[in-house]
Amino acid sequence: MTTTIKLSRRTLLRGAGATGLTLGAGPITGFPNVIAAEPVTLRYLGTAVNQSADIARKVKEDLGITIEYIPVVTDEVTKRVVTQPNSFDLLDTEFFSLKKLIPSGNIQGMDARRIKQADNITPVFTKGEVGGKRIGDQGTAPKKVFYLEGQNSKSFASSPTEWITLIPTTYNADTLGIRPDLIKRPVTSWKELLNPEFKGKASILNIPSIGIMDAAMVIEATGDYTYPDKGNMTKAEIDRTIKVLIEAKRAGQFRAFWQDFNESVNLMASGETVIQSMWSPAVTKVRSQGVACTYQPLKEGYRAWATGFGLPKPLAGRKLDAAYDFINWFLSGWAGAYLNRQGYYSAVLDTAKANMELYEWAYWMEGKPAEKDIKGPDGSVLEKAGAVRDGGSFETRMGSVACWNAVMDENTYMVRKWNEFIAA
Amino acid sequence: MTDAVLPALAETPAAPAAASLTAKTRRRRALVYVQAAPMAFVFAAFFLVPLLLTLIVSFWEYNEYEIIPSFTVQNYVDVFDGCLNVADPCTTVRTYLSTLKFCALTWAFTLLIGFTVAYFVAFHVRSATMQMALFLVCTIPFWTSNVIRMISWIPLLGRNGLVNDSLLGLGLIDRPIEGLLYSDFAVVLAFVHLNTVFMIVPIFNSMARIDRSLIEAAYDAGASGWQTLWHVVVPLTKPGIAIGSIFVITLVMGDFVTVGVMGGQQIASVGKVIQVQMSALQLPAAAANAVVLLGAVMLMIVAMTRLIDLRKEL
Repeated sequence: MTTTIKLSRRTLLRGAGATGLTLGAGPITGFPNVIAAEPVTLRYLGTAVNQSADIARKVKEDLGITIEYIPVVTDEVTKRVVTQPNSFDLLDTEFFSLKKLIPSGNIQGMDARRIKQADNITPVFTKGEVGGKRIGDQGTAPKKVFYLEGQNSKSFASSPTEWITLIPTTYNADTLGIRPDLIKRPVTSWKELLNPEFKGKASILNIPSIGIMDAAMVIEATGDYTYPDKGNMTKAEIDRTIKVLIEAKRAGQFRAFWQDFNESVNLMASGETVIQSMWSPAVTKVRSQGVACTYQPLKEGYRAWATGFGLPKPLAGRKLDAAYDFINWFLSGWAGAYLNRQGYYSAVLDTAKANMELYEWAYWMEGKPAEKDIKGPDGSVLEKAGAVRDGGSFETRMGSVACWNAVMDENTYMVRKWNEFIAA
Repeated sequence: MTDAVLPALAETPAAPAAASLTAKTRRRRALVYVQAAPMAFVFAAFFLVPLLLTLIVSFWEYNEYEIIPSFTVQNYVDVFDGCLNVADPCTTVRTYLSTLKFCALTWAFTLLIGFTVAYFVAFHVRSATMQMALFLVCTIPFWTSNVIRMISWIPLLGRNGLVNDSLLGLGLIDRPIEGLLYSDFAVVLAFVHLNTVFMIVPIFNSMARIDRSLIEAAYDAGASGWQTLWHVVVPLTKPGIAIGSIFVITLVMGDFVTVGVMGGQQIASVGKVIQVQMSALQLPAAAANAVVLLGAVMLMIVAMTRLIDLRKEL
């Protein structure tokens, strides 16, 4: 550290240039490079959900890289990238935000040649396929925003290139959470969310871009209207969707709206709501309180989302190398297994599988009944032996994706109409 | 004030040697400005400049990822879009009506409770020590955070909460009262709980200054208790009431957390509209809404100061 301070700006720049040259000339040497050098700290900007202390500890052990988490909410991540690209070294954000981030010019394309597992990333991202079957691509499907035309390009490439926008960290398929003990009958369709039977006991999430897609799933399920693209509505379609929501709200359908994870857990666990939009770990948390809660697969399919690592434009030199090392480490299996054990899915399945017990893999990924008790990463029992994961195997769940979280072209108008819905 | 008084004072003994003393006057006047400068600087840097920036940005264009410095009134057009329709009012009118309703209800309840509590402490408690002790007791709930005090209502009022469970247990109701939580009732309850102290403090302060002999005189002149209260105490407490009212009304107008949590995010508030726009990076639209809100609050305060001349009363 002290030596660095003594160096002049000029020598530092020369040094950085030299490192760049060596890297360009020779093959990528990988981890030992960093261990040999002084410890690097990476400021990791993202949402708290993905920022696990275990991952930071493990990567410190394996690579000597210190991860400094900057936990903020999704919208704040976007705001930071657009306004302060120098305030972090590694970005973990949702794929749908890319439509805002890439045009700002503050994200650099990631060199696929430096990502060892680049070719093994699940085709969910690269081709929009699961097990050779095409999946729903409405909204901001990752395959639409996965590649850039050039490293500093502001537009997405329609076919694979060597410049990747985000390397996937976690992804999942979202659906409705229900209280089977209070509903006491099977629920099979999104339209149940607005079923008057659950008047005053339903909830939808109050994040406009996601909430409106859940509403669109409901409207399609009622057979009222079929959207050409639920993730990119026209103004008329937004009006139509909001009108249905307003009618339901005025009729007293909703008990409350929720905005963060804990609110959704409390609504469900206390019985204020019996059916609502929900996130997978929230369902797990309700269950861990001893309350019956099902992450109900529905016949119309899931609304999927994905997050990934990106690199800010100003990142260069050793920090850039360290970022690549960290990402390569992340894809190498330990982290993937860690995420899979929480009910998320990881980007490279083979390496994650190698780090999981066979019975764990069978439960989480193959949809088979648990042979033994299923434990979370912290060792607590999540499910008893014999339990089956809601929605089944990876291929069944991700294969039934209908649409992806999105930013619409008419986002401004949509937000205005959403405010109208809240005020109605 | 000082600016006007000081030179006048300086000039009285200065009449004989006018020429040399105008310089002195000027120096004194300059000194006054220097003395006021730090406060003026803080005020300008942290209040006027941000406010001006907000005003400027509210006239800018924007897209998904940047704000564009070119003049437009579109943001204001959007704020008032469809507001001429009386049958089905626009978002802005609905939001303001709802916020005004909360303002009026909260103001009425906090005033009633605040006045009563202050009256009791100021006139019925004899010893000054006891008065101070009771006054401090009023502030105890404020030792924890705003959010915690608000959230602690939720397990009490919920569908399966303490109140509903007790009423069910006593057999007073046969099904839970849904309207206790996530309703207008819950919002007003939380507002009154959170803001009453802002009424108590200034009203108590005004009451403490009332000369007790005035009240004795009123009794001696044959006034009943109510007459004394209405014709002596209330008029003399007006400044306290006005200050308390300004606190309560500005707090309620700008709030979005209480309305959000207690209303189950289902009830609109101006603050919430602004927050949603901010999180969607629509900063100019949010700025336009903020300017409109500022205008509305200022109008209300002007109206209140028309009723009571605070400067004179203090």
